[in-house]
Amino acid sequence: MSEENVMKVLDQGVNPIFMDPDPDKAREFFRKKPRAMVDKRMNEKEVVEKFIPDGCYLGIGGFGANRIPTAVIHEILRARRKNLGFLGHTSTHDFELLCAGKCFNRLDAAYIVGLEARGLSPNARRYMESGEVQVTEWTNYSLAARLKAAAEGVSFALVRSMLGTDTFKMSGAKVVECPFTGKKFAAVPALWPDVAVIHVHEADMYGNAVFRGISVADLELSRAAKHLIITAERLVNNFTIRNNPTATSIPFYLVDAVVEVPYGSYPGNMPYLYFSDEEHLAQWMKVEKDLKEFEKFLDHYIYGVSCFEEYLERCGGLKKLKELQKLETLVEK
Amino acid sequence: MAPEYNMMEMMICVASRYLEDGKTVAVGTGAPCAAAMLSQKTQSPNLIILFEAGGISPLLPQMPISVGDSRTFFRAVMAAGMTEMMTTCSRGLVDYAFLGGAQIDKYGNINSTVVGDYYKPKVRFPGSGGANDFASLCWRTMIMTVHSKSRFVEKCEFLTSPGFLTGAGAREAAGLPEGGPYKIVTDLAVMGFDEETKAMRVESLHPGVDLGKVKAETGFELVIPKQISSTAPPTDTELKILREEVDPLKLVIGRA
Repeated sequence: MSEENVMKVLDQGVNPIFMDPDPDKAREFFRKKPRAMVDKRMNEKEVVEKFIPDGCYLGIGGFGANRIPTAVIHEILRARRKNLGFLGHTSTHDFELLCAGKCFNRLDAAYIVGLEARGLSPNARRYMESGEVQVTEWTNYSLAARLKAAAEGVSFALVRSMLGTDTFKMSGAKVVECPFTGKKFAAVPALWPDVAVIHVHEADMYGNAVFRGISVADLELSRAAKHLIITAERLVNNFTIRNNPTATSIPFYLVDAVVEVPYGSYPGNMPYLYFSDEEHLAQWMKVEKDLKEFEKFLDHYIYGVSCFEEYLERCGGLKKLKELQKLETLVEK
Repeated sequence: MAPEYNMMEMMICVASRYLEDGKTVAVGTGAPCAAAMLSQKTQSPNLIILFEAGGISPLLPQMPISVGDSRTFFRAVMAAGMTEMMTTCSRGLVDYAFLGGAQIDKYGNINSTVVGDYYKPKVRFPGSGGANDFASLCWRTMIMTVHSKSRFVEKCEFLTSPGFLTGAGAREAAGLPEGGPYKIVTDLAVMGFDEETKAMRVESLHPGVDLGKVKAETGFELVIPKQISSTAPPTDTELKILREEVDPLKLVIGRA
């Protein structure tokens, strides 16, 4: 190969890449992944026990406090999971929860600590400022591109983000020169999370899943994750899926477990069904300021309840959920 | 008599005037979103608002709380995803990025990641989110922020999202596509950038603000042109629409 046809590495970020970007190792895994269309229904305790062990690398679908799988995250806390790797992509309340349980010690960070217009989570800040977490910096798109590369079965993606910044310096990306044009791009390594959890509107018991509204990075995440857990607002029969296959977002063979969780994105927003519980989210950020108060709060809402339904009860139950349904703008009134 | 308004209302009204009709703008939550909505309801009815999580050109019923909440794709033309939005920026189809700022320096670079040591920070902020992507890929970056010495610094402690980096030619050298910061709208003034040096320049002063005040609240030497104009105050129409239609719950304008 002549000199000018070589893709040169011109610069690189200093922080670690937590997951192996080798596509053939991923293929080896997927070669053995069962394809059978079998009943995959489980409860949240079973999925955490079976698919989310200490130390694994976890990705969460949705957008922080929109279409998130809250029930499984709560169960991760109750199961006292530790030393997880975490995909800090558009993460807000999900991140706040995992910080409350100090569940992870490795983090790919694009958006963390904050809850967008609501402000910053005092406890998530405390955890991130403790120095206990190993962090590699990215951007929302570069992390989506890493998942996209994994979903495509290739070892990296090229983006024009991050160039020239400290975000790049603190990443695990490399600046490469295009062999065709000589232009510079940031090469970002494919990311195959050990497990991802995605909340959807409907799924059948085999894992065929339908979500409505924006996809964020869930199409990429569902294809990149080695294990995939679906939590669904409601279960539908397979005929409903087959009757309208255009609507299917995720086919069953990607999915390892299906958990039915009505109001499963609470206190987050679930498009077309219910809006976020802003009072409860504000309560979180307020009580986090005082560690003692926060411990009591966590005992009351998470550690002291046996299941997600009990948490919903403690937050105001059906009465509260009906109010949130009324606030949901996408429901035609 | 001139209408009364607070500094957040002033910033939003002024910022809204820079968004031209028929252009595309990628917005963050809070003040930038309010400015885009106001622009759409006043001078730019065909402004195309885009959200990084996937909402394309929604008919925003009210202010979103999150750039991924239901409102961001209410009666949208498409509910897409992050890759669709960011690759649209990368292809050169997005005219404006509209961001809030934490720390900003004289070349319009933004810090929203850390204060202090990266590995054991004094304050950890959210990081880039989509801001670095937008500031890298959109044609013009607009920034709204409160004007103070702690925010307007000589050099960002951490360069999260690119402005003109270290000045003229630096974006090109780093491999970034053409683009960069266009206007910085604060509670005191509107700043632009010197064509040659790419350093921040005062362009217009808000009513009742003198140049001394702006200099005192800026932690670096601003380029001072011979002519500095006066910012037109918010009009009655702008304020009425902002208060009654854009932000009736005072989520943003109540923060002043």
